[in-house]
Amino acid sequence: MTPQQMKLARWLGLAGLFVLALLVPIIAPDPATTNIAVFTMMYVGLATAWNIMGGYTGYVSLGHAGFFGFGSYALGLMLAHLGVKAGYGPFLFVPIAGLLTAVLALGIGWFALRTRAATFVIVTIAFMFMLQLLAENLVGLTGGGGGLSFPVPTWGGDFFNTPFYYAMLALASIGLLVSWVIRHSKFGLGLLAIRDDEDKALAVGVPTRAFKLTAFVISACLVGMIGGVYGYYVTYIYPQFVVDPLIGISMVLMVFLGGLGTISGPVLGALILEPAQLWLAYNYGASRLYLVLYAAVFLVVILLMPRGILPSVSELISRRRTSAGPPATAAARTVPR
Amino acid sequence: MTLVLEAAVLGVLTGGVYALMASGLTLIFGVMRIINVGHGALVVLGAYLSFAVWRSLHIDPFVTLLLTMPAMFGLGVVLEMVFIRPLKSDRDALSVLVTYALALGIEGVLGYFFTTNYVQLHAWYDTASFPVGGFRVTYVYLIGFLLCLLILGALFFILYRTTFGASIRATMLNRTAAQLIGVDVDRVSAVAFGIGMATAAAGGVVFGITNAFNPGSHYDLISRLLTIIVLGGLGSLRGAIIAALVMLVSEDITSVVISPVWASFVFFVILVVVLLVRPQGLYGVRVRDRI
Repeated sequence: MTPQQMKLARWLGLAGLFVLALLVPIIAPDPATTNIAVFTMMYVGLATAWNIMGGYTGYVSLGHAGFFGFGSYALGLMLAHLGVKAGYGPFLFVPIAGLLTAVLALGIGWFALRTRAATFVIVTIAFMFMLQLLAENLVGLTGGGGGLSFPVPTWGGDFFNTPFYYAMLALASIGLLVSWVIRHSKFGLGLLAIRDDEDKALAVGVPTRAFKLTAFVISACLVGMIGGVYGYYVTYIYPQFVVDPLIGISMVLMVFLGGLGTISGPVLGALILEPAQLWLAYNYGASRLYLVLYAAVFLVVILLMPRGILPSVSELISRRRTSAGPPATAAARTVPR
Repeated sequence: MTLVLEAAVLGVLTGGVYALMASGLTLIFGVMRIINVGHGALVVLGAYLSFAVWRSLHIDPFVTLLLTMPAMFGLGVVLEMVFIRPLKSDRDALSVLVTYALALGIEGVLGYFFTTNYVQLHAWYDTASFPVGGFRVTYVYLIGFLLCLLILGALFFILYRTTFGASIRATMLNRTAAQLIGVDVDRVSAVAFGIGMATAAAGGVVFGITNAFNPGSHYDLISRLLTIIVLGGLGSLRGAIIAALVMLVSEDITSVVISPVWASFVFFVILVVVLLVRPQGLYGVRVRDRI
């Protein structure tokens, strides 16, 4: 195949996958399956969004669950105070929830990005718990531990999950598009330079601070929007439930499983891990063994494939190609004539 | 005024426990450059081990440490060799994931054996108190504080007065250089992780006798411990101890002056302000590219 043909095949494959994703609720309309589809698509979006910050710049944020919860609360409170009726209306407010999350992320990022590496990781955890605490303590605003109810969607039956699936799919697609554009832009190159060596990047003229902050805000904005849709889907949220460290760490694990800093890696990671997680929770959720099994999955993934599936596989392919291709020069030279 | 004074005294006494737990965590970071997110779960594991021994042998909770501390030390050495040592690249992020998985696993196993009901260790002195000035101090807080001082003292003795302590400090300063002058950094790492877990066991007893706990208690613990070691400066023992005292005293004073629900928020505010001025924490060393 010529490079042009390969490019064409790749685009056709992508289009096919997208059509397949569009058809999921038609192929498998039963609520049990579409529920899994909603959650899987949610994590595709979350992992993709996290990767824009964590994968490209190398700054590992464990606090993204805070933005998720904030987006959820932002949408819920808007709907409650503006008296928005249930139906498709609430989806229109999702971008506003994302915008509010972006503003929050601008503040948090401005502060958190003064630190690097390990300190940054811990500072993001601290901010997540701070947000959780605020959601709990500002009872007058959020309802505190009593939680916050969303309007219950007007549609029901087997169709109930479908609009949420398409909302999650739309957000995940936007995330992927943004991720693709960034990866192929000068801005994306700057981010990768920061990951490789921040001081050198600064020295050659990459505006590191502005770039990091921009990536952080974009990432958080996407996560906040997804959190908003999630809140409307589950219709009732409380602080520990939406600002859940497990959500924050799950997206990180998915990115690492698929391939850190790649575009499709996070998608692959989410497609594998989220159904596995739901299956474990469904079958072993009653006993605490669920946690042990999930932990075991975690450990196997990290210890066997620390670099992720995509980088490992592509390395394997390129190695195979070089050894199977025209006689390798090194081998040819060592064989005496 | 008496109330504030009482809160400050109680803050110092409970701060000792957090100082002990946080120094184990910051030691592990210093030696291995990993963030042990599972440290809270290790403390809870220590508390449950003591609980099991205490319930079956009917001995004083603090005496159970003679059994649990060596057991936790051994477990720590094994955990380091199996789970931490294989991590070569991206240690910052991967170590967080691995230790988080360990925390989940420990939480699951504890939940399986002990259920998720809250339990607490008891001794005759956990309600008895003695008067100091205008208020009373419960014996258990004082005993716990003294125990923590004792173990912290032992830790400092090992680090600053023994040859092995010198190799631990050398590894903390510069891993490669330590290796070059003949320090077996792998062994130092395993032992340091073991020491961290043994201090977690000791912290667990004091935690378990002053608080009711269940397998899920580690989330609250780890968020406090991590903020403590960041405030103190990652890898600094002195910083961890001072930050622990600052945290608990400020929390206790906030609970009596404002309200208990805002107690931990004040500490977060202190953290934010300190990091604005000193991103490396109180006693942290600013290493280019690292911290």
